[in-house]
Amino acid sequence: MLSELKVMFTRRRTWAMLAAIAMIPILLATAVYLSADQIAPGEGPPFLDRVTQNGLFTGFTAMLLAMPLFLPLTMAVVSGDTIAGEAGLGTLRYLLIAPVGRARLLVVKYLGTLTFALVGTFVLMIAGAISGAILFPVGPVTLLSGDVIQIPEAFGRMALVALYTTVSMMGMLALGLFISTLTTIPVGAMTGVLVASGVSQILDNLPQLAWLHEWLFTHYWLDFADILRQPVELGSLGSNLILQLGYVAVFGALAYGRLASKDILS
Amino acid sequence: MTTYGQLAIETVGLEKAFGDQKAVAGITLRVPAGSVFGFLGPNGSGKTTTIRMLLGLAEATKGEINLLGYSIPKQLADVLPKVGALVEGPAFYPYMSGRNNLIRMDSADRNSNSRTREQRVDAALERVGLSNAAKKKVHAYSLGMKQRLGLANALLKPRELLILDEPTNGLDPQGTREVRNLIRSLASEGITIFLSSHLLSEIEQLCSHVAVMRAGEIVAQGSMNELRSNGQTRLILEVDQVAEAKAILKAAGISKTKIIGRKLICSVDSEMDVAKLNQELVAKKISVSEIRLEHPSLEEYFVDLTGEGFEVVR
Repeated sequence: MLSELKVMFTRRRTWAMLAAIAMIPILLATAVYLSADQIAPGEGPPFLDRVTQNGLFTGFTAMLLAMPLFLPLTMAVVSGDTIAGEAGLGTLRYLLIAPVGRARLLVVKYLGTLTFALVGTFVLMIAGAISGAILFPVGPVTLLSGDVIQIPEAFGRMALVALYTTVSMMGMLALGLFISTLTTIPVGAMTGVLVASGVSQILDNLPQLAWLHEWLFTHYWLDFADILRQPVELGSLGSNLILQLGYVAVFGALAYGRLASKDILS
Repeated sequence: MTTYGQLAIETVGLEKAFGDQKAVAGITLRVPAGSVFGFLGPNGSGKTTTIRMLLGLAEATKGEINLLGYSIPKQLADVLPKVGALVEGPAFYPYMSGRNNLIRMDSADRNSNSRTREQRVDAALERVGLSNAAKKKVHAYSLGMKQRLGLANALLKPRELLILDEPTNGLDPQGTREVRNLIRSLASEGITIFLSSHLLSEIEQLCSHVAVMRAGEIVAQGSMNELRSNGQTRLILEVDQVAEAKAILKAAGISKTKIIGRKLICSVDSEMDVAKLNQELVAKKISVSEIRLEHPSLEEYFVDLTGEGFEVVR
């Protein structure tokens, strides 16, 4: 596991993606700062007007912006690369004869992607808090429910949002792991995962398919806003966790079924 | 003697089909323990597919595999730590140093000792002469260095069997020599070496045994000496008095003689006493300017077997 993380974090690409993730709140804060006068309350993305009032909101707003595309994109890159990347390099055959069991390889790879998700979401929230604190006033945070919480508790909420987002990514990461066992071309797997996330979000927006919505892995992605209420609404958070675990079970099993019987010819 | 008896690798009726095409068509390999076993065949004859099955990377369509006494694929996890391998060229993470690549590969095996890891990695690097380049990233390595790093990877643990697929591919003559010397020294430690190659000269220089593969089948197998004896030894004689020499040869029981100018070429027994013949010739005042035995060329024999050049893709 340590070795897996070492491989991941020796890669320049990993750091580039984390840097890009950190840039989202930084750019957001800068843009809002430079145009602070022009934003009318309620205009633009949700929470945007709040950023000027309280810098601590930068992270939340950035997360809302990153959730539909950018965060899934980095997750698609990391999860699509898991097996396909090793197969493409040829290192997969050497890992397997090292020997590492195929099931263990999948588990370690999956935990690696999950670690990346955790680091990525925390980087986003922390970069948000820092850039927001530099450019805007910081004070007790007014929640969506109107309650006010003190700064230390606000940090707790930030951590919760990062954790929630990581949980939200679990299903997609498992899907990525599975798709990654299907090919030796990492870019193909990454694209596949990203397309799946796009399709899922589109389906989620079609009212005719309402019956399907609660089964889509993207359905609860934006519900982290519930963490910004007092008390925290646990309903959708719990549903999301169960849904994500379901995806992990299904695609984890599929990935194992695929890899266990696969001839490694790359 | 080893726990697995005489054979380090044994396959029975091993077959691999991709759709209709049989890449490996029911081969029976018998690799004696302690041998340097050459696995010779043209590119595309099924050598690498066989190796993938031996290592459990690909599943056999039919047949049995026994590796160091372990049944494959059932006991793969037990036997793999005793087997070092180079399969279809080396493969590494280009953005990591050679040393870190080896550490990564060694940590992949849950049972490998992490306390001796660094020491084993350094020893393996030393053994293949890469100590100075250990900290360089692999993308800066030449093909030869990657090949040697691949060998180091196969040597991370004490092994009983090394399966080396084209280990000198892409090496310059100097590198080729070094790798061959390394293989010899490993063999002298008693490690069984299974060496695939499309280069006959390589097999001839290194191996005690050989199997020749053609279009998915094994067309010859045995010790080098056995296979050599399949060819015909020739006596080559160059003298001034051709007719007299021919008469002496005939008296010695050598009848079929081809004469080209001052040269006589004839088929003889591989054990014939050349020195004695020379004495006879000299005693008869025949001046001999050349006399030697030419052992059959394995190359001719193998080309006969495989029916084509060794670089030809099927």
